[in-house]
Amino acid sequence: MTPAETSAFEAKIRAYVGREMGPPKRGNDDVNLAMIRHWAEVTGDENPLYTDAEFAAASSRKGIIAPPTMLGIWAMEGYPMAQGHTGKVDVQRELHNIFEAHGFTGVLGTNTITEFHRELRPGDQVISHTVIDNISAPKKTARGHGYFIETVTRFTDQHGQDVGRQVFRTLRFMPSAESVAANQAQSGGDAKLKAPTRIQSPRGHDNAWWWEAIDQGKLLIQRCKRCGTLRHPPRPMCGECQSLEWDSIESSLEGEVYSYTEVSYPKFPGYPDPLLCGLIQLKEGTRLVANIVGCVPEAVHVGMKVRGKVERVDDATVLPNFYPA
Amino acid sequence: MAATISDKAAIVGIGSTEFSKDSGRSELALAAEAVKKALDDAGLKPSDVDGLVTFTIDQNEEVDVARAVGCGNISLYARVPYGGGAATGTLLQAAMAVASGVAEVVVCYRALNGRSGQRYSAGVSGTLITGSAIHYGYYMPFGLLTPASWVAMFTRRYMHLTGCTQDALFEIAQATRDYAVRNPAAFFYQRPMTRADYDAGKKICNPLTLYDCCQESDGGCAIVVTTPERARHLKQPGVSIRGVAQCIAKDQEEMTSFYRPDIARIPEMDVAADEAYAQCGLSAKDIDAAVIYDAFTPIVLWQLESWGFCKYGEAADFVQAGNLRPNGRLPSNTHGGQLSEAYIHGVNGIVEAVRLVRGTSVNQPKKAVHHALVTSGVGVPTGGAILGRMT
Ligand SMILES: [Zn+2]
Repeated sequence: MTPAETSAFEAKIRAYVGREMGPPKRGNDDVNLAMIRHWAEVTGDENPLYTDAEFAAASSRKGIIAPPTMLGIWAMEGYPMAQGHTGKVDVQRELHNIFEAHGFTGVLGTNTITEFHRELRPGDQVISHTVIDNISAPKKTARGHGYFIETVTRFTDQHGQDVGRQVFRTLRFMPSAESVAANQAQSGGDAKLKAPTRIQSPRGHDNAWWWEAIDQGKLLIQRCKRCGTLRHPPRPMCGECQSLEWDSIESSLEGEVYSYTEVSYPKFPGYPDPLLCGLIQLKEGTRLVANIVGCVPEAVHVGMKVRGKVERVDDATVLPNFYPA
Repeated sequence: MAATISDKAAIVGIGSTEFSKDSGRSELALAAEAVKKALDDAGLKPSDVDGLVTFTIDQNEEVDVARAVGCGNISLYARVPYGGGAATGTLLQAAMAVASGVAEVVVCYRALNGRSGQRYSAGVSGTLITGSAIHYGYYMPFGLLTPASWVAMFTRRYMHLTGCTQDALFEIAQATRDYAVRNPAAFFYQRPMTRADYDAGKKICNPLTLYDCCQESDGGCAIVVTTPERARHLKQPGVSIRGVAQCIAKDQEEMTSFYRPDIARIPEMDVAADEAYAQCGLSAKDIDAAVIYDAFTPIVLWQLESWGFCKYGEAADFVQAGNLRPNGRLPSNTHGGQLSEAYIHGVNGIVEAVRLVRGTSVNQPKKAVHHALVTSGVGVPTGGAILGRMT
């Protein structure tokens, strides 16, 4: 947008500040036991004040109350609105359409602040009255450049008394290239859930090269350049001759089981079951911990000959696996 | 060369909170209570304390403990790293401080909500820091994540080389259980365990099953250390620190020393044992009872070998002959150990070793206990202390 376009746009949106979203509106349903029970079940809130009439009557509340967190629920438009099937264009929708038309296609509910003035009981009516209270100056956020919109809803009851107040803050933004890419990577193009993966090793000065070679399908063994001593796990200095110079050799992946355990409990998400961990004595002379695969746990024994393969084990991880030779 | 701190410091007070699975209060509350009880036991006032020693992993800051208990000026504060490996290391710090005159009354403490708070059995995860994270990075992706899994790797190798069987592990578990049955402070008080119970234990990391693994507990313990001169004028008979040593041995890793020529033994404990014996001129035959760190059953076997109660590879026979029992050669873990009393990172073991020398254990052996051994956690850098009657 040019500066002129920006000021024209800002004039349009600012005209909405102070406008009512519509006249005060009574909720589609008055406070009722069925919706309270559904809410308590879904949220797992077992407080008997919400569902147990006998208990509630004997309590200081003298009867069932609605969970305070349902305040906004009573005034919600409901499912057709969420699906965009109502066809209604209210003041708020108009404002959002203007944002969308100017490239602010991103929307993020950022936070709400709610005040509760009294507890609601079955039979109470909830009337909501929402005003577009404030639109911020343009902001740069991690999601992209945009504006915060604040609406304030006042909730009253059948007697016109205040029962609560809610501030709802939304960010409308032009998605940045980074946030688009991150979003796509996260959802994988569709809404598929990501399978858990192995816990990764952090990579630092002394070990990143080893893990990078694993990623490339190679099991390397660090070697002292001065005295030729092999060492694993990698470390910066040779313990034999104190040389800081080193290179590496590629392992033949031939070896035998020096010791092992089957990890039965606790189970960790992202790991195979059964999970066999071996301490592998490589032909080159060093040892490493790796999984033993391709056989039943009962078949594993100390001295078992194994042959390794560096392979992908999940979406994020490549590891050496050892199979019975 | 042996250090010259033998008999230069004495334990004069011990204190513990109750042990539980949910203390319902802060770790600081546990620490403060344990410290106060230890001072009461000694007949000392908080204002007498001028040294505090604990574990690096203890969450209770020295300043908080000092303020909570009402200590005065503290001139020595030190922490010992590596989890339970720090247990008797705290005694070494305290003994050095009082022997050198840096401090006169040092309290060693350890308090944790080890069951209701952070559980060590949950193992390591991706949220570790720097050096430790790089190290565990060679194990985490393969699922070798928990203390039980690391210890299992050594255990399998040891069994392979020595012929040790599950029978030995069971005997260690049951011996501690039988002691706990008679200890009202123990988790397993009045709850004996049969072989069938043991065999029915959940599989953890073979060969380790549920009852090869210690408790997870909430609780705190404290030990008061002072000079022998001052000890003579206090409420309890002083228990002398005859020898105390710790060690990081060659090629040691934290819990995963898998790369040494032989992994079915504990070289760092061998070194610490030699040093502690050399300090006081004693040997295994002089030790009448012991508290041997028992986070897992098999680690008891290797420590018996390190401290010379039997030769390498013979520990299974040693325990199966009943030697850890009340009338055995070496009554051990008479409080029920960490397997059956509580897991307070070995400091409840120091408390019990003091009781053994005082003659006040609930399972006090019939024979006279002139010297008791107490050890720290193994796999990590470790050590041990030899306690004896003050002369
Ligand atoms: Zn070298």
